[in-house]
Amino acid sequence: MIGDNFSSPAIAGEVARPVALEGAKPLSLYIHWPYCSRICPYCDFNVTRDRGQASQRALFDAIMADMRRQAEGLGNRQLASVFFGGGTPSLLPPDWVAELIAQAGDLFPYTDDIEITLEANPTDAEISRYEGFRAAGINRLSLGVQSLDDAALKFLGRNHSAAEAIRGIETAQTVFGRVSLDLIYALPNQTLDAWETELRAAAALGIEHISPYQLTIEQTTPFGRAVKRKLWSPPEEELAESFYFRTLDVLGSLGFEAYEVSNHARGKAARSAHNVLIWEGVDYMGIGPGAHGRLTRNGARTATVAEKDLKTYTAAADPIEAIPLTPSEAEEEALMLGLRLTEGVALNRLPNLPIIEKATPLIEQGFMELTADRLRATEKGRVVLDRLLFELLG
Amino acid sequence: MSTDLSKIRNFSIVAHIDHGKSTLSDRLIQYTGGLTAREMKEQVLDNMEIERERGITIKAQTVRLNYKAHDGETYVLNLMDTPGHVDFAYEVSRSLAACEGSILVVDASQGVEAQTLANVYQAIDNNHEIVPVLNKIDLPAAEPERIRAQIEDVIGIDASDAVLCSAKSGLGIEDVLEAVVTRLPAPKGDENEPLKALLVDAWYDPYLGVVVLVRVFNGRMKPGQMVKLMNAGATYKIDKLGVFMPKATDVESLGPGEIGFFTGQIKEVSDAAVGDTITDERKPTAAAMTGFKEVQPVVFCGIFPVDAADFEDLRSAMGKLRLNDASFSYEMETSAALGFGFRCGFLGLLHLEIIQERLSREFNLDLIATAPSVVYKIYMNDGEVIDLHNPADMPDPVKTDHIEEPWIKATIFCPDDYLGAIIKLCQDRRGEQVDLSYVGTRAMVVYNLPLNEVVFDFYDRLKSVSKGYASFDYNIEGYREGDLVKMSILVNSEPVDALSMLVHRDRAEMRGRGMCEKMRELIPQHLFVIPIQAAIGGRIIARETVRALRKDVTAKCYGGDATRKKKLLEKQKEGKKKMRQFGKVEIPQEAFIAALKMDND
Ligand SMILES: Nc1nc2c(ncn2[C@@H]2O[C@H](COP(=O)(O)OP(=O)(O)OP(=O)(O)O)[C@@H](O)[C@H]2O)c(=O)[nH]1
Ligand SMILES: C[S@@+](CC[C@H](N)C(=O)[O-])C[C@H]1O[C@@H](n2cnc3c(N)ncnc32)[C@H](O)[C@@H]1O
Ligand code: SF4
Ligand SMILES: [Mg+2]
Repeated sequence: MIGDNFSSPAIAGEVARPVALEGAKPLSLYIHWPYCSRICPYCDFNVTRDRGQASQRALFDAIMADMRRQAEGLGNRQLASVFFGGGTPSLLPPDWVAELIAQAGDLFPYTDDIEITLEANPTDAEISRYEGFRAAGINRLSLGVQSLDDAALKFLGRNHSAAEAIRGIETAQTVFGRVSLDLIYALPNQTLDAWETELRAAAALGIEHISPYQLTIEQTTPFGRAVKRKLWSPPEEELAESFYFRTLDVLGSLGFEAYEVSNHARGKAARSAHNVLIWEGVDYMGIGPGAHGRLTRNGARTATVAEKDLKTYTAAADPIEAIPLTPSEAEEEALMLGLRLTEGVALNRLPNLPIIEKATPLIEQGFMELTADRLRATEKGRVVLDRLLFELLG
Repeated sequence: MSTDLSKIRNFSIVAHIDHGKSTLSDRLIQYTGGLTAREMKEQVLDNMEIERERGITIKAQTVRLNYKAHDGETYVLNLMDTPGHVDFAYEVSRSLAACEGSILVVDASQGVEAQTLANVYQAIDNNHEIVPVLNKIDLPAAEPERIRAQIEDVIGIDASDAVLCSAKSGLGIEDVLEAVVTRLPAPKGDENEPLKALLVDAWYDPYLGVVVLVRVFNGRMKPGQMVKLMNAGATYKIDKLGVFMPKATDVESLGPGEIGFFTGQIKEVSDAAVGDTITDERKPTAAAMTGFKEVQPVVFCGIFPVDAADFEDLRSAMGKLRLNDASFSYEMETSAALGFGFRCGFLGLLHLEIIQERLSREFNLDLIATAPSVVYKIYMNDGEVIDLHNPADMPDPVKTDHIEEPWIKATIFCPDDYLGAIIKLCQDRRGEQVDLSYVGTRAMVVYNLPLNEVVFDFYDRLKSVSKGYASFDYNIEGYREGDLVKMSILVNSEPVDALSMLVHRDRAEMRGRGMCEKMRELIPQHLFVIPIQAAIGGRIIARETVRALRKDVTAKCYGGDATRKKKLLEKQKEGKKKMRQFGKVEIPQEAFIAALKMDND
């Protein structure tokens, strides 16, 4: 029978969701696998070069143990989605992936329509394992294509070519059905038209979900240092804005709907259920080094963060630090994440924030909209969302 | 205790900044045994925290030394260490009035500088006997012979028997002491005359209350005596009488020629005006001495708490600072941009900087200071004359006849190489050259300059165009009429009172452009376009725009990024505390002061 857990007003964003089990509260699972074959110069995720370390198995065991430990005392839960992120989880042996999924299933019941995503890099070596992942239970692949232009891929320090990426996409489509592409734009000297061509090429492959990210210059990365030394610079704000709107226009004309700042899907069924659940504030367990989670225990929302260092994470009796959130902190977070969705955030999730008062001038200026029960950023507002949040919460 | 007049020497140590006055004082104290080696520290007389930190003297200090001279006699020496910086020149002048002679310290490698001249001329005006001392002869760059000649050339005093010393190594200290004893005159005075003493200084001591430094000319002071401050007309009973050795040491009495202190239930430092004459209440002296010219603040600025809730704390901090520094003044001010605060008057820019720093440091206050301004005299059509301390209060120009501004005479010493740049700077600042002469390879330029051009980043510019090699001294020359206009700065079409200023009409456009550019850099982007304009009356003379924020959104924000995003927001919130909401626009605090420091002009 279909319970009302998933369709309560607190979780109103539209997405294909698993059938809910009676009385169970939804729980998503994020698993972080930190290894990558090569470290990209723009990346500041918690990553480690994969050198085939023998210690990988021990780390894996620690992740398994972490999942079991965090599962304790969570009450009646239904697994709502699983996401293997990284790093490069496509470097995991498929049978390890299977072990993780099996253990998750032992701990929490789920229904067959659950979304289980894995982030994959489109190198030939990894492409050959897609079948194995499918067999392990993965039913959605998020492909780190980044670009369909060889020069850009080289600039980004990627270890795959555009041709490999296209092979990867095609294989993934036959193996998984649901495939999403990550693309990075606003590279130095990139033109709007070149970007449009890339978007169109990606869409022409029959892709249903695209996450185009503006290149973010993170200070601690090689890109960050190069920009600081003025070796090159990313596009100025106004051009970045043009990239953003061009993306909306092009993908919009191709039938994609921007359901989040950087996520576009052809039809609701193509949306990333896992990410929508998180933006809407569903509990998620984060396991693996450096993973974050949000868990409600005994009625109180808690932020969890796992030890970042691989060795320490592996050796620790309990690598998780849990930080209780006050109701208003939890609401601030709900606002921050909820406004990223085009549909916005349900007002009844923010009972303690003086939000209407703060939002009024922004509504008057056309940056936000208020409906009966939701607050959302308009298209014009979403491109300056960080500033809106500052106005609302600052 | 009574000292034979012929065995007393009272002297000030005067010099340019950093030529070693306080260090020489250390050596003199040490040599005569005022402090043990353990009690000694560098520039021991610089006891304020800010003096020690910056390595400068702000307040003059008096020490009594006992010195057994070569003639076998023991002399009482009263040494007054004075500040070198021009802002504190009044400290020098009152010290000079209490002494008969001066030691003129000149750095034997640097030679005569702007304050060397200013201070020695003050000493000469006070009829002082002067002993030139060439200090820092330990330095390899020391050229005592050249500097000796320079002193004769530039100052015009005999330097043939200048004493050579190193206050650092202690070389020549005995020669300095001997010169004081043999070359400076003993004080004069008559113990049998009615008490006549000069109120040299007064300050607030947390243990003793108000302490008054005096120089006795005639008569005698004793504990328990009722003394009268002649100008103030107030009478006090002397509770405690003493001298600084340099530790405060009680004495039975102070007679003619002596310098010491007393306390006597005086409530506030301002009740003990320096320059007043102290006499015996029952047996007063016939005439008071001529006091000192009252020091007038010449530079004003607004000081506001960052957090409006700190206003009362700021008020009480100002009151406490003033207890110790009567030369700084404050009165309440309200600004549309900055809320409640105070309009404060200072002796100069260093004084302003020091007070600001003490307020924030000693009282832990976050402050916003507005641009420094001078006192303008506004001649109204109806004949009234207004002293304008705050450009925001400028009356409607149609009601004013004309405006006068203060001018200074500035003396600048610099190496020849920088002369061109310095002259250009002075010319650009509406200066009029008065004199230009050379002392070897050093040039001395004298300029008349409007003070308002000097309070506007002149020091910074002078320092940068001379790479720090120029020295500067000035005195106020008086007021002159000027074609001055009030320039307003409008942010998002609203005038920001705290940014308005009086400028010379010819300089208005340049200053306006500079201000607008600076504000454009300092005001962060908002969700809307912010015009910034400089205006004289209704006429816009410069404009800039802060463009609207076009793209500001985190590209990726999934589970793990929420925590990061939150931290970022916390940082932004911290930043916001340093902003002032003005209409719809947030202006960072530093805009109020930084806008007035232009990078080039
Ligand atoms: N080498 C050397 N350095 C000295 C000598 N005398 C003073 N100094 C140094 O010169 C600097 C300034 O000395 P101060 O004694 O503070 O100078 P001042 O004249 O009292 O300075 P203000 O009070 O700020 O006008 C310090 O760093 C001293 O150590 C000396 O004889 N030789
Ligand atoms: C967590 S990463 C891992 C995915 C996978 N390892 C890969 O690189 O293909 C997920 C996505 O974040 C995006 N990304 C990472 N760093 C970025 C940056 N500095 N700026 C913009 N996007 C970035 C990339 O598109 C990447 O595919
Ligand atoms: S971008 Fe992906 S592959 Fe590159 S270092 Fe980061 S996580 Fe690894
Ligand atoms: Mg000194």
